[in-house]
Parts: sequence; structure tokens; C-alpha cells
Amino acid sequence: MSEDTKAPDIDALMQAIPYARFLGIRIDQRGNEITTVLQFSQKLIGNPVLPALHGGVIGAFLETTAIAQLAFEFSGGELPKPIGLTIDYLRSGRPVDTYGRAEITKQGRRVATVRAEAWQDDRTRPIAAAHGHFLLKAADEPADK
Amino acid sequence: MASGFKITPEHIALMKDVLIEHVPHAKALGMNVVNAAPNEAWLAVPYDEKLVGNPETGVIHGGVITSLLDNACGIAVQLALPERMSIATLDLRIDYMKPATPKLDLVAHTHCYKVTTNIAFVRGTAYHIDENDPIATCVGTFMLAANRTMPMPMTPEAAAEALAMLAQKKDGGQ
Repeated sequence: MSEDTKAPDIDALMQAIPYARFLGIRIDQRGNEITTVLQFSQKLIGNPVLPALHGGVIGAFLETTAIAQLAFEFSGGELPKPIGLTIDYLRSGRPVDTYGRAEITKQGRRVATVRAEAWQDDRTRPIAAAHGHFLLKAADEPADK
Repeated sequence: MASGFKITPEHIALMKDVLIEHVPHAKALGMNVVNAAPNEAWLAVPYDEKLVGNPETGVIHGGVITSLLDNACGIAVQLALPERMSIATLDLRIDYMKPATPKLDLVAHTHCYKVTTNIAFVRGTAYHIDENDPIATCVGTFMLAANRTMPMPMTPEAAAEALAMLAQKKDGGQ
């Protein structure tokens, strides 16, 4: 990104997504670094006995983290569409805030490959990691819609 | 490892009550058990504006499909096990075939096709009406007897107790 272009406001973009608001995801944007924050709430629990965050919530959070990073690096376009996502669950998600960072490993013309990681208190002990492919342009959608 | 487990209407009712009613996130999504069979589960999430991922099109967020498939996979695994035990998702791969259609409910059908000593293998499909016209497919693995804690509560009383414990922990400034 060149110095004279203003960094896009990813938090505003995310707050416009009803589901991101429903989960309680906000964006901590510092310079060119994006950290997503999943604010803990009771409704994110999947196993009340442990208790642990729902696996689907962690997957959704990682997907949103990847989308936020893509939206930041390719501002102006439409929201990228997920093609496929693989989630590795590494530790159970405790009932506290969760943080996420994503990195674009390969950027093609139509498809970007992204890795994302989520952690809680200690960044060196991630609770989950994901890698996925995202379609950058809606015109190239594989489904004949 | 085939289980001799017979699914009765009472069992499905119990799952609706316990596995869904007492999983806070499933409840928040309005998730419900549509049907169940040995090794298989059918779950649904009704369309809701708050679950939208693209405000311009009204299409449901992929994360909702992830939660639905993950939960449905977990239940299919529970229905394939010879006894109740705790399970944990090890990995889950989801492929998105087409966007969900706004206003239509989401359904997931999952099948646990192999159980070994430590791992259960499961796959599933998310769709609206026709399973042959999928929105997304998934394949996942679950760790069996994943932790030393109790498995998911199997009676409404046990589930209610677990939820009360959780609320108490939260109040204690955890």
C-alpha cells in the first residue's frame, strides 16, 4: 500500500456484517497490521461442561480473520468469497477473548491462499489454525449463479 | 466398529433437548435436530438476518455453515460410538460450492463412516432442500475420549447443572 492512500477502515467494514456483530468480532488495526478480536460471550460456548468455545465459532472466527486481512490488502473490491477452508483444532477454546491474525501466503489473480491462527493468552500456544482459498472476484464464481 | 445402538424417537427428542438446547451456541443460532440414525444426523438452522455475511446480498455467512456442519458432525460421531464419551474436533475441511440462498433454511446431513480406537471420521453436506445440490461439503476427524472431563451431559438435569456451573464461574470474575 502506498503512503498517500488512506488505510481502509476494516472495523467499519466488519461491523456492517450482521454475523460478525452477532459473534462479537471487532478489529484492532495498527498501521498495516490487523488483529481480529472475538469478545467472549456465553452464546459462543459449544461445550458447557469444560467449558469450551464451539468449534464452529472458532472456524467462523478464523474465516473472518482471513477475510479481514484480504479486505485490508485488496481494498475497494467486494468481500472475498471462501472456496475452501481447513481448520486444525489445537487446543480447546477457553471462555475468554480470542485473537486472530492472518497471512496471505499466495495471491493469484483470482484466488488467494490465506493462513490464519487464533490464540488466547499466549500467542505461542494457538488454539486453532486454518488455511483456505478465497475467490477475489465475484465474476469468477465457480457456481453458475 | 459398528455400534448396536438403536435410535428411538425418544432418543431424538433427548438429543434435541440436550445436545442442542444445552449447547449455548447451537441455541443462539436456532439450530435444531431434524432427524437421527445410527452414525448419521440431520440438523437445521433457520434463516435469520443476524447471520448474514454479506449485507448487500443477504447471503448467510460461511461461518454459520461451519458451525452447523461441525455440530452435526459431532452428533453423527456420538451416534456411532458404542458408549458415551467426550469428543473433540481435530480438523474440519469445508468446501463451499455455492452461496446459500437468502431466506431459506440450512440443513446439514452428516455421516460418521469410520470409528477407530482413537479417531472418528465423518463427512457431511449442507444444503437447502436437495442434498444433491450442496451449498458446502465437509470432511472431519474427531478425537475420542478427548479429555478427562465428563462427556457432554446426556440428561437435561446434568446439562442444566453444567450451565449453572458455567454461569457461576462467569459471575466469579473468571
